[in-house]
Amino acid sequence: MDTAYSNEDLAFRDEVRGFFEEAYTPELRARMRSNHKEGAEEWQRKLYEQGWVAPNWPAEFGGTGWTATQKYIYETERSLAGVPNVIPFGLVMVANVIMAYGTDEQKEYFLPRILKSEDWWCQGYSEPGSGSDLASLKTKAERDGDDFIINGAKIWTTYAQYADWIFCLVRTDNSGKKQEGITFILIDMKSEGIKVNPIISIDNHHSLNEVEFSNVRVPAKNVVGEIGKGWTVAKALLAHERTGIAGVADVKRAVRVIKEVAAKEENGGQRLLDDPGFQQRLADIEVELMALEFTELRTLATQAAGGFPGPESSLLKIKGTELQQATQEMLMEIAAYYQGVLPVDLDPDALGHEFATDARLSYMYGRAATIYGGSNEVQKNIIAKYVLGLE
Amino acid sequence: MNFDFSEEQQMVRDSIARFVQDDYDWDTRKAIVASDHGISRDNWKLFAELGWLSIPFAEEHGGFGGNIVDLSVVMEELGKGLVVEPFFPTVVLFGGLVKRAGSEAQMAEWLPRIIGGEVLGAFAYVERQSRFALHDCQTTATRSGDGFVLNGEKVVVFNGEQADHLVVLARTSGEQSDRDGLSLLMVDANAPGVDKMSYAMMDGQRVANITFSDVALSADALLGEEGAALPVVDALTDEAIIALAAEAVGIMAVLNAKTLEYTKTREQFGTAIGSYQALQHRMVDTMMAYEQSKSLLFKALCEYKQDPAAAAETIHALKVLIDRNGKHIFGEAIQLHGGMGMTDELDIGHYAKRLMMINTTFGDGTYHRNRFIETAFAA
Repeated sequence: MDTAYSNEDLAFRDEVRGFFEEAYTPELRARMRSNHKEGAEEWQRKLYEQGWVAPNWPAEFGGTGWTATQKYIYETERSLAGVPNVIPFGLVMVANVIMAYGTDEQKEYFLPRILKSEDWWCQGYSEPGSGSDLASLKTKAERDGDDFIINGAKIWTTYAQYADWIFCLVRTDNSGKKQEGITFILIDMKSEGIKVNPIISIDNHHSLNEVEFSNVRVPAKNVVGEIGKGWTVAKALLAHERTGIAGVADVKRAVRVIKEVAAKEENGGQRLLDDPGFQQRLADIEVELMALEFTELRTLATQAAGGFPGPESSLLKIKGTELQQATQEMLMEIAAYYQGVLPVDLDPDALGHEFATDARLSYMYGRAATIYGGSNEVQKNIIAKYVLGLE
Repeated sequence: MNFDFSEEQQMVRDSIARFVQDDYDWDTRKAIVASDHGISRDNWKLFAELGWLSIPFAEEHGGFGGNIVDLSVVMEELGKGLVVEPFFPTVVLFGGLVKRAGSEAQMAEWLPRIIGGEVLGAFAYVERQSRFALHDCQTTATRSGDGFVLNGEKVVVFNGEQADHLVVLARTSGEQSDRDGLSLLMVDANAPGVDKMSYAMMDGQRVANITFSDVALSADALLGEEGAALPVVDALTDEAIIALAAEAVGIMAVLNAKTLEYTKTREQFGTAIGSYQALQHRMVDTMMAYEQSKSLLFKALCEYKQDPAAAAETIHALKVLIDRNGKHIFGEAIQLHGGMGMTDELDIGHYAKRLMMINTTFGDGTYHRNRFIETAFAA
């Protein structure tokens, strides 16, 4: 029972901190906002050159080979420095699947390209009729010689408008249980018959899309894992998606920001930060966050000992997203009237407020965190069934 | 003991509900919000013709002579339709100040024009540093000859983009946070020295930051007694909070109805999601949140109708409960609509954003909880 950092860990922390300070420049931060795709690509290339773009990959594929503690330190420093996460669809999601289930050919082709951010990836799981009930998906893949012919639609596809590739769950067999007959397949977004329809979300931005497939021809060699075993592949991926989703370090940073900005807001001479009701709510968030940090560490320790993130990761997702939303709500409250300002390009001096736009964007888009990656209701079903044994 | 609405109130309610249903469907509203001015002047004329703009004004000025209950009926129904035409800024705030503080001559000048739909107004009261403490006021009106010279800045002025005239809260004497020394001044929005930076809000409103640089005002610009505006503004705030709470209750009703309908039709795992007990209980909770909000609104209406001064404690409580229950209800509405709730296309998110703006207007839950404690716990 010990979490003290060794001297090597502390030196590593200083190295990471120094790198973020130097490499994540204000210009880059501004570019991430004005042109997200280019900014993100530039940042991920910098990380690649540093050798840090894939902390969780095994060293043999170009990962860092860091210990669990080092990964934790890296993630904490990243958040505290206000540095956004890498786009997860390639580097975190599909890469993990290819490493675990892919053929040698798939590993050799895709992994280096993902590492260098040469391809943008997006995720084709949900369908208009299949949200929480993912296994009911209907997008059909029919065998035709060495190819599959894909027909159907995927929805809520983040960054499909930028993507070079999409990893999809498709139905190759209708005869058995709905979890059977699902196949995990990689599709080139430049294929004929793919149409991307934008969806504007409640933060008034375009990151979500619907992707339609009309007779899209995909080589059978793009299947990852066995044909008809895609559900097993998908479940492994979802568990990976859930661990990162707690965002403990991001919530820590949000608490720090709340304290900074609430110290500057006054109601008739009383600082909002000194308001007892405000303090109590913030304290409740911090208390829960302290516990969640150690819940996450316990999960990481299990993983480091060779375990796989299991249904327990649902707990991290539920508690993490609840805390994220609680901090987002407090920032909106601090912004008061300014929380509603719609244009994102007003000069803060002219507007009379600095953080309202960031508060609105993260609050509004943050509503999705309890919906995506398996809604929190579904996470509770998973815990009830697989952890508690309730049927 | 009677919580029924009068026949007249029911007629007003029906008339607005019919307008929303027939002439203010979702696509129409979207087109209005996206238009150059963000409101429909034709609708405004129609509101005048239908008499809605006359509701809170005395008959002697051409008004309907309505009370707080009449006003709340209008606000509730406008809320259900997310109507963006500036009823609240023009009639409740701008008109509310004229009817409270105006001289006979000023009332005769302004009220018939408000009622006739000829003037759009705004109340400029928020400053960068003021947050919800309205007496924290740096805008100054200095005596000059017979009149005043106005200098300063107001921010997030509701209807600030479209308003022809503004009532501006300004300091005529005293220090920045003194409760005395504040005055109300009628200002032509197009007068020399008045500059606007207009922008849209997430709930579809058009607002403005407005600066005043040596704006020359005549003596009759003064609305009410010089240096004694704060009690007038506080009284207006009470009525405005009740009006906003009524609007919020209307929005809550719509959100709950739409969410209930969705959970009855959306199928996952082979059955309507509304058949799951876990979700049923959550919808029971949002239904109770709505009923509780409505009850406290009714209590505030009854008290305010009897004696506005006696309703203070309930009005603080109302703002606290509307804040909490509003967040609860729109949060569940988005969550239970899943990905659909996240889209700009669906109306759910827009109702949520209006509730968010209502919550922050004239003080949020945190602010009014403190005011409630001060009022209710005072020995």
